[in-house]
Amino acid sequence: MTTTPHLQTFTLEHLPPGYVMHVAVYENVRNAGFLQKQLLDGNEGFEYAFVDAGVVLSTTHLLAAIYRALRDFQSGRMKSRNVHSEVVFSLSSNNNISESFRRFGITPSTTNLIVVKISLPSKQVSRDEVLKHLTEVIEGESVDFCDEVLGGMVDEKRVRKVYKLGGGKSGIVQSKGEGEKRELEVLVLGGMALRGFGG
Amino acid sequence: MSVQAPPAAIPTPSHIEPPNPSHPASTSPLPLPPIFQHDPAPPQLITQGAEALLYRTTYLLPSIQCALKYRPSKPYRHPILGARLTKHRILSEARVLAKCRKEGVPVPAVYGLDEREGWLMIEWIAGEVLRIKLNEWLKQRKDEKVPEERENAPDGGRIHEGLHVLKGLMGRIGSAVGRMHGVGIVHGDLTTSNLMLRPRSNDTAEGGAGDGDGILDGEVILIDFGLASQSTADEDRAVDLYVLERAFGSTHPRAEGMFSELLAAYGKSFKGANIVLKKLEDVRMRGRKRSMLG
Repeated sequence: MTTTPHLQTFTLEHLPPGYVMHVAVYENVRNAGFLQKQLLDGNEGFEYAFVDAGVVLSTTHLLAAIYRALRDFQSGRMKSRNVHSEVVFSLSSNNNISESFRRFGITPSTTNLIVVKISLPSKQVSRDEVLKHLTEVIEGESVDFCDEVLGGMVDEKRVRKVYKLGGGKSGIVQSKGEGEKRELEVLVLGGMALRGFGG
Repeated sequence: MSVQAPPAAIPTPSHIEPPNPSHPASTSPLPLPPIFQHDPAPPQLITQGAEALLYRTTYLLPSIQCALKYRPSKPYRHPILGARLTKHRILSEARVLAKCRKEGVPVPAVYGLDEREGWLMIEWIAGEVLRIKLNEWLKQRKDEKVPEERENAPDGGRIHEGLHVLKGLMGRIGSAVGRMHGVGIVHGDLTTSNLMLRPRSNDTAEGGAGDGDGILDGEVILIDFGLASQSTADEDRAVDLYVLERAFGSTHPRAEGMFSELLAAYGKSFKGANIVLKKLEDVRMRGRKRSMLG
């Protein structure tokens, strides 16, 4: 059974025209080591944000990181090499860039992968180009970028750990299920927004 | 408001300046935060305080509502000082909100901020501020009560039930404030305009229950942490309560008698709350400010 590959194209609120993002999700990825090596080698054909889906709670969580990266790009406040590495760094709640790559970026053991490609006004990339290239280089099954899929891939324990939201006395979350998930999400968003300023 | 020439029969006193239509003070353009400069439609201004403007807008996608609090730079302030103050205040408010939310205190979540541009983006809270809800409720009760002034009103039970609703609300406020104090935050400006009543999302489940007026139903959410600080001093906590008590007294005198319900719930909300209630008695005696004498 073959299905057409998924690739979602977005624009976000309060950004100038010309900023467009393409997002794809893959499961059962078998060549994460190769993909990570392309980033480490600085292969220009692989300018993507490769995010480990195990630490992404929802579409909103990822879009928040993209938005932060684009705002920092626009205002000349990026801390990492390019807008794609900045997306990965923007998921972090602290200023340690290499740690953010280890925690949120692709690693050789990544099996569920989110890929973000940003089309900038100065460097436009079409949806078809991205889709064609990703289909060629990623060994894995393309799935929809939606909350249902991401919810099945996320490891909430890991999320709590990397955002320092572990149980204990914090997180007096009363509501169960969806409410609890939403609560975790807004705490994560707050952590990202206050990156480097302490919580 | 139209500018009309006075009737010719009445001489205009020479010392009164005629209104100058080129400077309508009420419609002076507000400084728009730079984040909005690319938006096709201007954002909706909700309210305006001395230091900040509050807009209703969207976060990431058109479907996600949010509030944006903007602190424009003050023309009378030195720009470097102004930038430092703005940065400090934006970050302070964001940290306090994030801490509260993490600890389970009902406040809006933080979505984003830009300390240089001077804005803070937070969760949009549905519902209405308590001041409006409470006045609406008190007015409705007053209107209803008129024919019931007779002795042994057959509907006396209903009045009692109404008070029960108010008691419940006061208790919820006391718990929310106590929870905030319990995690080491003082609000700094607790008024009935800085408390919101958010309709419960599962209101269909209990539809029809009660006497039908759900004006005071809903979850109490604390808002506007612009003057908040991290403190566990009983003095600061007691001043928070005192300010709230005065707010009830001045804007809802008919609900003031119920403040004891609020304090009772507060007293049970965290360890050490009773010491704060003791301190409140001192603060009542002397007012909000400490004496500078001796």
